[in-house]
Amino acid sequence: MNHLFLYLALAAYFGATGLWLAYFLAQRETYHRAGAWVMAGGLAVHTLALIQRAIFAGSLVAATFGEALLLLGWALAAAFLLLIWRYPIKVLGVLVAPLAALMVSGALLLPPVSGPVSPLLQGFWLTAHICLTLTGYAALALAGLGGVLYLIQERQIKGKQFGFFYRRLPSLSQLDTLNYWCLTIGFPLLTGGIITGSLYAQHALGRFFSWDPKEILTLIAWLIYAVLLHERLAVGWRGRRAALLAICGFLVLVCTFVGANLWLTGYHSFAGFIQKP
Amino acid sequence: MNLLLCGVNHQTAPVALREKLACLIPDVGAAYDHLQTWPQISESLLYTTCNRVELMCVTEAPEEAAAQIREFFARHPEVAPTDLDESFYIHRDQAAVQHFFRVASSLDSLVVGEPQILGQVKQAYRDAVEHRATGPILNRLVHKAFSVAKRVRGETGIGDHAVSVSYAAVTLAKKIFGDLAGKNVLLLGAGEMAELALEHLKGQGAGKITVANRTLERGVRLARRFGGEAVSLEELPDQLLTVDILISSTGAGDFLISRDQVKGVMRRRKQRPLFLIDIAVPRDLDPGINDLDNVYLYNIDDLKEVVEQGWERRRHEATKAERLVAAETLKFLNWLETLAVYPTIIDLRDKAEAICQAELKKTLNQLGPLTPAQRQALEVLTASITRKLLHDPIIFLKRNRRPKNPHQELNLVRRLFNLDRDRNGNASEEN
Repeated sequence: MNHLFLYLALAAYFGATGLWLAYFLAQRETYHRAGAWVMAGGLAVHTLALIQRAIFAGSLVAATFGEALLLLGWALAAAFLLLIWRYPIKVLGVLVAPLAALMVSGALLLPPVSGPVSPLLQGFWLTAHICLTLTGYAALALAGLGGVLYLIQERQIKGKQFGFFYRRLPSLSQLDTLNYWCLTIGFPLLTGGIITGSLYAQHALGRFFSWDPKEILTLIAWLIYAVLLHERLAVGWRGRRAALLAICGFLVLVCTFVGANLWLTGYHSFAGFIQKP
Repeated sequence: MNLLLCGVNHQTAPVALREKLACLIPDVGAAYDHLQTWPQISESLLYTTCNRVELMCVTEAPEEAAAQIREFFARHPEVAPTDLDESFYIHRDQAAVQHFFRVASSLDSLVVGEPQILGQVKQAYRDAVEHRATGPILNRLVHKAFSVAKRVRGETGIGDHAVSVSYAAVTLAKKIFGDLAGKNVLLLGAGEMAELALEHLKGQGAGKITVANRTLERGVRLARRFGGEAVSLEELPDQLLTVDILISSTGAGDFLISRDQVKGVMRRRKQRPLFLIDIAVPRDLDPGINDLDNVYLYNIDDLKEVVEQGWERRRHEATKAERLVAAETLKFLNWLETLAVYPTIIDLRDKAEAICQAELKKTLNQLGPLTPAQRQALEVLTASITRKLLHDPIIFLKRNRRPKNPHQELNLVRRLFNLDRDRNGNASEEN
């Protein structure tokens, strides 16, 4: 299959990374605006690439790790552009753009796995499972990255060091609000992803939960986010603790997504999705 | 034609002298009337700020003009001429332009980067225009200075860094709360620095303001000034529940608020951030408070550190600004040089026009009656021939290939076209 669109998207994401890095260092508004436009252009060609693939395969595909990475990168870029359009935390681009670029390059570097996709992996419920889970991941990833920025900025203010980062990072309250928003959007999406997934598992395999490493890790991440959301709403947790938990949850999600697919085996890992000839 | 800038500033003259000289200005009208009686000075602009009294002018005779301006400054009955010996400076041409740009960009100020100075220069310029003291050169210079100041402000972060303790508190609050609108402020004790900080916070849209003071009477007075309410010190624990920013300056000797007290309050506040500023010596607030989550405690030394760094940043940004000013100064001087050729260009065009008209008149007399169309065709013909003929000499003048000796080419052209004899009215070419 032709990878032209993907290479274009990759170039755009790297370009946006450079522009946001320039914005971070020089603090010129034009760099930020250019970065957002280049990123949006990248997202557009990325969308075209996904459509091309979907037409080629006949349905939305996430049967290999590379394909899942492509979808997740798309969701992350889209979620981020939506975020900075409504709520400009501009420096977040420095973290998000390279992450999106990494995901697309990962998808391009991984050896393509060929073979027909198992019929088990098609159908509405599964598509819903994939979409909800990946958009949830994207929103929660933003919360985690925002948490990193929060911790850096909080350290500067508490430690009374007013250096490089203090001047460039936004205020603590903005970063905390980012955490709250991404959590309230990402948590229901992740929940929906888990529910649709287990319903489909019941339908296809006859059981809700298979004690598969990926499922267990996802459940742990879900519990972390549930605790965070509950404490935020009930006790008023915020700031450092909220940022730390968001980062923890994000790391568990990374393990779920990368680790469970590459190192652990289970029926949920991508290696098992392709029918062996 | 020369540019001349004379005056005194905070680096050369003590405040007593600057005050006396500034007294010359309040009656701007009289000052300009006086200046306009001197034929050497064609344009002038007089301005004072808290740190300077300066006069910028355009003159054909810089030496004489400088001497006269000095006399003008010494006119004040309490100023002895010897007072000016050391403090009076005279900048010419490039130095004058550069100095003026630096003043407008607040690089020559006591507090580098303070924003008020541009407003003061603007006001002075309005006065000068009102009294018709400025002309084409100063108008352009002043507008250029405004745009340089704007660029300096926009492209270097010279005004971005807090250089006073009270303002440092505000910038910190912004880094914690983002927007200060609606944030409640509690003033604990009164003092100059605390009141200044409160004023800044109010300027940023702070919400409810409360004053707690040992003597309620003083607290009430202060609260009234800021449109807030006064409470007694006993109500402090309750106040901690609603306040967002607390400025403490009682210097009571013991800690007014302990770590455990704040810890308990934070739970009931649902962890809403609390910014505590302790500018009292000895300190009012337990330094351990800073270890608590979502509580940020700053004492006077911390704030001074912010200010010190602000100064450092400003100095750093100032060097960038100086480069910008130097480049703009050169650009302005280039423009000024091209200005010198304009009288010659006008003379050239006038002479050509005169020849055209004279020759046309002669030819029309000889040709007899013509239709208006024919007549117009002749006029267009002569006009376009002279315009095209003069095009190259004019371009030659404007380009000025010898910047070191600009008058050489100018004189050549004037001699070539015999412009100076024309001006004296000796002879016109037609006979």
